[in-house]
Amino acid sequence: MEEDILYEAANLKDIIHDPSVARLVINKDKVVASNLVEGIEVLPEEIKDGIKVKLIVKEGAILEKPVHLCFGVTSETAVQNIIIDADIENNASVSLIAHCVFPVAKDVLHNMNAKIHVGENAHYSYFERHIHSESGGVKVIPKTRVILEKGARFKTEFELIKGRVGLIDIDIETICAADSIMEMTARINGTGEDVIIIKETGFLEGENSKGVLTSRVALRNNAKAEIFNKIIATGAHSRGHVDCKEIVQDSASASATPIVEVKNSTAHVTHEASIGSVDSKQLETLLSRGLAQDEAVELIIQGLLS
Amino acid sequence: MNILSIKNLSLSFDGKNILNNLNLEITEGKTFAVVGPNGAGKSTLASTIMGLEGYRNYQGEIYFKEQSLKELSIYDRAQLGITLGWQEPARYEGLKVSQFLAASSKHKDKSAIMNAMEIAGIDYLTYYTRAVDKSLSGGERKKIELASIVAMQPGLVVLDEPDSGIDIASLKNIFGAIKYLREKGSTIILITHSLEVLKQAEYAYLICNGTVFDEGRVGKIRKSFEDKCMPCPHKNIPVLSDTGKEI
Repeated sequence: MEEDILYEAANLKDIIHDPSVARLVINKDKVVASNLVEGIEVLPEEIKDGIKVKLIVKEGAILEKPVHLCFGVTSETAVQNIIIDADIENNASVSLIAHCVFPVAKDVLHNMNAKIHVGENAHYSYFERHIHSESGGVKVIPKTRVILEKGARFKTEFELIKGRVGLIDIDIETICAADSIMEMTARINGTGEDVIIIKETGFLEGENSKGVLTSRVALRNNAKAEIFNKIIATGAHSRGHVDCKEIVQDSASASATPIVEVKNSTAHVTHEASIGSVDSKQLETLLSRGLAQDEAVELIIQGLLS
Repeated sequence: MNILSIKNLSLSFDGKNILNNLNLEITEGKTFAVVGPNGAGKSTLASTIMGLEGYRNYQGEIYFKEQSLKELSIYDRAQLGITLGWQEPARYEGLKVSQFLAASSKHKDKSAIMNAMEIAGIDYLTYYTRAVDKSLSGGERKKIELASIVAMQPGLVVLDEPDSGIDIASLKNIFGAIKYLREKGSTIILITHSLEVLKQAEYAYLICNGTVFDEGRVGKIRKSFEDKCMPCPHKNIPVLSDTGKEI
């Protein structure tokens, strides 16, 4: 029953009976459903107020379909601690979609600590989608450390565009070996009294390593955001880019601190950051097509966060 | 019947007059051109008709179907059926062509959007799900913007430099879309300094220093523009045509 609530909220009903789709469904501190496929090993262990998960994608395994992880809390109040230790072995490839679902939360604390190791020439994609209640009673505090070996690829996206944020404090750090590539993206829509803190850090240590940090935040009412995006390039011929854009409406406030450090003369890192109201030309164009102000702003924000 | 009447329109920025006592009459269902050299005030006129931010504090009057536009916002003017095609169209991160056109469209159905894309020369399969962002060239965005105007079916459209950033092959799409709008009953004002674009109009105004310098059939204005403005004899320092004196 709890599983059904989570599937419903996460819009996953079409995959629950598909044996070819790997999944792990956790409600607060209990595994309520799981399905594994060849090439992946998932070892969950129940801990106090949460779950510890060891996830291994075997060397050379190519998982064609995304693995679905569902971390949910179906009660109004709870603490949920998730500890993930993931090892994507050499030449493996996997895409994970994590659904963090708190549909009725009034006072829920979701802590996540993840250690991710991506082996040589392995590909790891992690898409985390949050679905919250409208009360704003959720605190989400994910801390992630990622190590990319030679030639590895890592792509992560964090998205919260449905429901209230509450408090989100993201801290993600990636260390890149030679020829590896990282892409880290956060898209968050804040309203009411929401507080958003994003710290994304990339260390381009290996030769020819590459990285892009992207943040897209839209704020309304009294929401606040602080973005700290940092790339440190020490690897020869490494390339990086930091890109932060925030739209601020009403009494919302935002700060963005893009930091780039280059410690190798052959490396190159760029950054761009913009904070402000909706672009006037975008807005005026849509108004001139007959959209009302609210409709036009909504459409522009929808695009930015898509 | 005149759909737009501009009476003694003046607008200044930082003490400098950009529009000077300008008068225009635009007949419903016809295609007009406003031509003139760089800095003549053409784009300012377009922005003022649409009521963009910073362009509403003008002297004189603009009447649309005999209603003064003075107190009306951009949205209000669009509701009356007025729209503007920008010289340099906006970019929208993440917003898909399909969403942009649906937002603009009078009829929200997909077939109307596809039809608008076809008229503007935009391949449906290539562009429908692409974002209207910096990955598109200025010319591509220009055609998408024109498609949004075709989808809107406005009563009056002001097209600011419709050929700007457009390659020769795509120019026929732009002219085709202008013809389509005219056939659908839209009144069109082409803001241009291009003789090719000028040819698409039936009647034209030549402006210099924010005021009407000459008006008439396109052939006459073309000659006047070529004779008097190419090159600009007073190097964009405004003079009155009759007196030769600086304004």
